[in-house]
Amino acid sequence: MNITEKILARASGRQRVVPDDVIFANVDKVMIHDVSGPGVIKVFDKLKKQGINVDKLWDPTKVWVAEDHFVPSADMVSAENIVKLSDFTKNYGIEKHFKYGMGQYGICHTLSHEEALVLPGEVYVGGDSHTNTTGALGSFACGLGHTDVAYVLLNGKIWFKVPETLYFKLNGKLPEHVMAKDFILKIIGDISTEGGAYKTMQFGGSGIDEMSVESRLTLCNMTTEAGAKNGIVEPDQKVVDYLTSRGATNISLVHGDDDAEYQKIYEYEGSEMEPIVAKPFSPENISIVREAPSVELDKSYIGSCTGAKYEDLEAVAKILKGRKVKIRTEILPASISIYKRAMENGLLKIFLDAGVTVGPPTCGACCGAHMGVLAKDEICISTTNRNFPGRMGHVDSQTYLSSPLVAAASAVTGKITDPRDLN
Amino acid sequence: MKGNVIKYERDNIDTDVIIPGQYLKVHDYAELALHAMEGLDPAFHSKVKEGDFILSGRNFGCGSSREHAPIALSHSGIKAVLALSFARIFYRNAVDGAFLLPIEIEEDAYSNISEGDELDIDIRINEIKNLTKNKTYKMKPFSEIIGKIIEAGGLFKYKPD
Repeated sequence: MNITEKILARASGRQRVVPDDVIFANVDKVMIHDVSGPGVIKVFDKLKKQGINVDKLWDPTKVWVAEDHFVPSADMVSAENIVKLSDFTKNYGIEKHFKYGMGQYGICHTLSHEEALVLPGEVYVGGDSHTNTTGALGSFACGLGHTDVAYVLLNGKIWFKVPETLYFKLNGKLPEHVMAKDFILKIIGDISTEGGAYKTMQFGGSGIDEMSVESRLTLCNMTTEAGAKNGIVEPDQKVVDYLTSRGATNISLVHGDDDAEYQKIYEYEGSEMEPIVAKPFSPENISIVREAPSVELDKSYIGSCTGAKYEDLEAVAKILKGRKVKIRTEILPASISIYKRAMENGLLKIFLDAGVTVGPPTCGACCGAHMGVLAKDEICISTTNRNFPGRMGHVDSQTYLSSPLVAAASAVTGKITDPRDLN
Repeated sequence: MKGNVIKYERDNIDTDVIIPGQYLKVHDYAELALHAMEGLDPAFHSKVKEGDFILSGRNFGCGSSREHAPIALSHSGIKAVLALSFARIFYRNAVDGAFLLPIEIEEDAYSNISEGDELDIDIRINEIKNLTKNKTYKMKPFSEIIGKIIEAGGLFKYKPD
């Protein structure tokens, strides 16, 4: 069995599973946020009316709550959702509620690794499609809707069809100007936004071994854009060190067997990878940056679970140090812990000196919620994950998806720019 | 199950056009219905009738896990979406929440069925009758678990064996 199959076999109490088996998996961790949380509350209300008991959760210690999409509260409706969420966690005895304005908080997927909330080998589900991110820690991490999350909260388990696995092998390190974001955009361009549908996308090879945990998180994050059920990397000492430094104990790693099976293996040479952008209006609509259309950009947005981890901000700082931005540029660190490190290490000063607006952690404009949404005809380069029509604001705005290096270089020139081509 | 078709002849209809992100904070089902398909077809709300079906191409519902998407369509009156394929979270949300039926069709149905056609769908025999054109198409059968959850009326009513 491969790693995903082994995790799902253990979670369903079976010796062995094969693709297409339907199982009920016991869940180790579950996450809700200020969009899926109120959605779940609504499901609970419906269940109550049907006479189903919703008085107690299966295990409130396994649940954690993020405030990320519409915070700091964007308007009155969002503010009420935050109040509802606080009442819910209080009533059900959920202690891990990361509240904005009260220390550590941030984007749910970022908290999953920054706070070591999910461990290797665990089954982790969340009320958000980018829950896939956390598979980079060697866990089975999968996004679900409100009804399914409500079911998990009450029963501690959920059904899955065991997925087929696509294996993406990266031979050798990525060049310095290329980031994990470029690699995953390249993959989505190759296999399409449906290419991973219902499947596992696993990453391995010497190039992945060389990668930081944060880069692997970027890869797994955007498996969602290929339609995958989960993204996963076999955990190694880097993962153990990363989680241990964030307070985790009792880490035990699950690995695939030597004779693990994969539906298909794709191979890439690290040295051949190039900076990539995904043009409007799909993550699969890719172009090499040096061949991208010469459009006048209005904005550069550096944020989200995909592109505002500490290493992403470091990459941006490398470009912006001693330079000025030519277009509106926003940087929103993905959590308070990252924000603080950026401050302590002088990154915020570099950003502010360059003319950037630095905002609080939030999903913000990535999903068109608030904090810098796009007007009609505005064109944005963004370190986020989707560029469907209207994703970041007006339905006639446009988003180019890129790595933090490219978004920063483009902020300096006002055009889509390869970081190697900056003076 | 009888209804008329609203056809979107394209692939990858994503959750951002089914219900734009700015409405994610809304949890009132009737209000969500007012904004269904707003990102693609602002006229949808005025033309949709109770019992209608949507017909579309590949990878319907790709993108986010927002249950708002099947909720907005279902509360607009949509009883089923017929598509060449579905994105996984939209598909399971539609079934587990018992909002609407996600029906996988073949190319012949996709190309042959037109906007406004009246269909009669029988999921027991996996058949779609086009009453307007007097034609019959096969739908892909639901997998065993999906069939059982649909029959039970959603995940919470389904009793695993």
